Amino acid sequence: MSTALQNLVNQPYQHGFVTDIESDVAPKGLSEDTIRLISGKKDEPEWLLELRLKAYRQWLTMEEPRWPNVKYPKIDFQAISYYSAPKPKNKLASMDEVDPELLRTFEKLGVPMNERAKLAGVAVDVIFDSVSVATTYKAKLAEVGIIFCSISEAVREHPELVRKYLGSVVPVGDNYYAALNSAVFTDGSFCFIPKGVKCPMDLSTYFRINTQDSGQFERTLIIAEEGASVSYLEGCTAPKFDTNQLHAAVVELVALDDADIKYSTVQNWYAGDENGLGGIYNFVTKRGLCKGVNSRISWTQVETGSAITWKYPSCVLRGDNSVGEFYSVALTNHHQQADTGTKMIHLGKNTRSTIVSKGISAGQSNNSYRGLVRIAPTAAGARNYSQCDSMLIGERCGANTFPYIQVNNPSAKVEHEASTSKIGEDQLFYFAQRGIGAEEAVSMIINGFCKDVFQQLPMEFAVEATKLLGLKLEGSVG
Amino acid sequence: MIYQDSKILLEVRGLHATVNGIEILKGMELSVRSGEVHAIMGPNGSGKSTFAKLLAGHPAYEVSGGEVRFEGKDLLELAPEARARAGVFLGFQYPIEIPGVANSQFLRLAYNTVQAERGKEELDPLEFDDFVREKMKLLEMNPDFLDRSVNEGFSGGEKKRNEILQMALLEPKLAILDETDSGLDIDALRIVAGGVNQLAHKDNAIVLVTHYQRLLNYIVPDYVHVMEAGRIIKTGGKELALELEERGYDWVGAEAQTGVRVTP
Repeated sequence: MSTALQNLVNQPYQHGFVTDIESDVAPKGLSEDTIRLISGKKDEPEWLLELRLKAYRQWLTMEEPRWPNVKYPKIDFQAISYYSAPKPKNKLASMDEVDPELLRTFEKLGVPMNERAKLAGVAVDVIFDSVSVATTYKAKLAEVGIIFCSISEAVREHPELVRKYLGSVVPVGDNYYAALNSAVFTDGSFCFIPKGVKCPMDLSTYFRINTQDSGQFERTLIIAEEGASVSYLEGCTAPKFDTNQLHAAVVELVALDDADIKYSTVQNWYAGDENGLGGIYNFVTKRGLCKGVNSRISWTQVETGSAITWKYPSCVLRGDNSVGEFYSVALTNHHQQADTGTKMIHLGKNTRSTIVSKGISAGQSNNSYRGLVRIAPTAAGARNYSQCDSMLIGERCGANTFPYIQVNNPSAKVEHEASTSKIGEDQLFYFAQRGIGAEEAVSMIINGFCKDVFQQLPMEFAVEATKLLGLKLEGSVG
Repeated sequence: MIYQDSKILLEVRGLHATVNGIEILKGMELSVRSGEVHAIMGPNGSGKSTFAKLLAGHPAYEVSGGEVRFEGKDLLELAPEARARAGVFLGFQYPIEIPGVANSQFLRLAYNTVQAERGKEELDPLEFDDFVREKMKLLEMNPDFLDRSVNEGFSGGEKKRNEILQMALLEPKLAILDETDSGLDIDALRIVAGGVNQLAHKDNAIVLVTHYQRLLNYIVPDYVHVMEAGRIIKTGGKELALELEERGYDWVGAEAQTGVRVTP
């Protein structure tokens, strides 16, 4: 790899600072007592504790998945603290009561926690380590019947809704990390859009891991009733530590008849240093259920961070004519490893799904797309279109595509396209010969490559994602 | 055209260069003044294309001796993009494909970069669109070129036209055209050569690197140089090209070695 490329991918991580704040941290280790402790700290109802314990007992019998194309040392689940909350954790009446240190942290990260701030056109739920510290625009959203709050609050205030839907899309024993999350999840966002309501603003959750040796296990639940629609954004960062931290989240989406959920993620967890030391293990289960007819769930993700990403935002297309979409850009650099993709499970008639995946590998990283398209016998007239493109920067990185296609209905139509390309020295020389430096050249090539995905992002997010990819790649070109 | 009292643009003295440790250029000498058109000819492997790419700063080539001055300044110490901004243009023998990047976007960024360097006005997308369409007429190019990815899926002729279009936009002081005639049919050759002729004027210079005399029927050189084994072994006027076409290259080498004029 030439030096221009090198210099371009090696931009320092900008969100690597630690907030100096007193935290209430549970002792390390995992047992039924830990779970009772978490549940107790949150004053949870009995049914939820039962759900946690059931998940935990199931988890104990399960094996860590070995099939992903990633390598890491065995995780010591007893060396992790499962609860960390900034003190004091008395309930906040208004934003003015948020710890100023926290406000400064999120200000630094560019997250609008102040409703009066000019840029704040988005309602935000802010999760710091294990707890939600603030949710903006709650009152305004409540006027139209939208519930947007932390999941802990939802458990207290709307137990019937949470009980009905929690675990309905991702069962407690779905997979190893989903089971772990179901046992120990501490907070997350809850969002309920009632029948016929189009959410008037984008909703978002911002996740921040601060404490070393703590894990973040958040749980997000979004429900769109008949004819409702919502656009949801998610952003994540973490400080730089030499040790790895575990982030095992579960996100469940439920769309009833004619409902529409758009879920966008820009993931920028700390990825470890250039030698592969430290960084987040991002083992996440995200799944949406198109329960009703004509419903639609769309996932858009820009994955740039984490030491390891293991994540397959999926759609279960149960309602007839429902639509699932997955648009993804996954960038890996240095020693990052990503095994990411989607599952589109077609159950209903005339269900349609689209998959557009763009993988960019630089440094010595390894980037895999893994996707399943399953057409059930009931899914007459189902259609899928998949496109998986990989781009390599330099000589030492890798890209893989693992598409699984299972078609059990003869009237289905499934298409799959894939390509691999490379940013080569000759391309950069061509740009240079026209006066264009390596950084601009790479950013132009990458943006061209990711265009189909970026078009799906809300405007400000698209701008941020474009900038982020540029920063991430600084120093990788050369 | 040779002008009285024109400035020296490019001066190459005793240039040696290697690629992967193998010496390709062995004592290259060349002076180019503004207004002039030079043709560098020679058999395969004589170092013509290496010389062209080296002037543009291709990273695969390493200079092991000698110097290159452009407008009196050391060209070799400049990065490739700085050379381009200073007015050195290379028309590629094999233009590179850049999937996903629209030609219009690429051309505008290149144009604005060079304009900024010269302290001239940069153009927004709409202004640029008008401007580039005008330039494209010169090369009889279809406007749908602008929306396609840079060189991707272009025919050989389309790629070469795109190169000359870039030359027209960037208005270099020194244009080095590497085998611009290769892969062109006779109509395309006429159009491309016509474009180059319209762009030539007394303040710039053109160095044509070519295998065949054919191109020189359309772009008439002031000087013809013959390269062999990494240096220029003979220089003459435009009639030298015709002689080479007729007699091949061998006699030039023999003559250079013995110092005796070899007659046909």
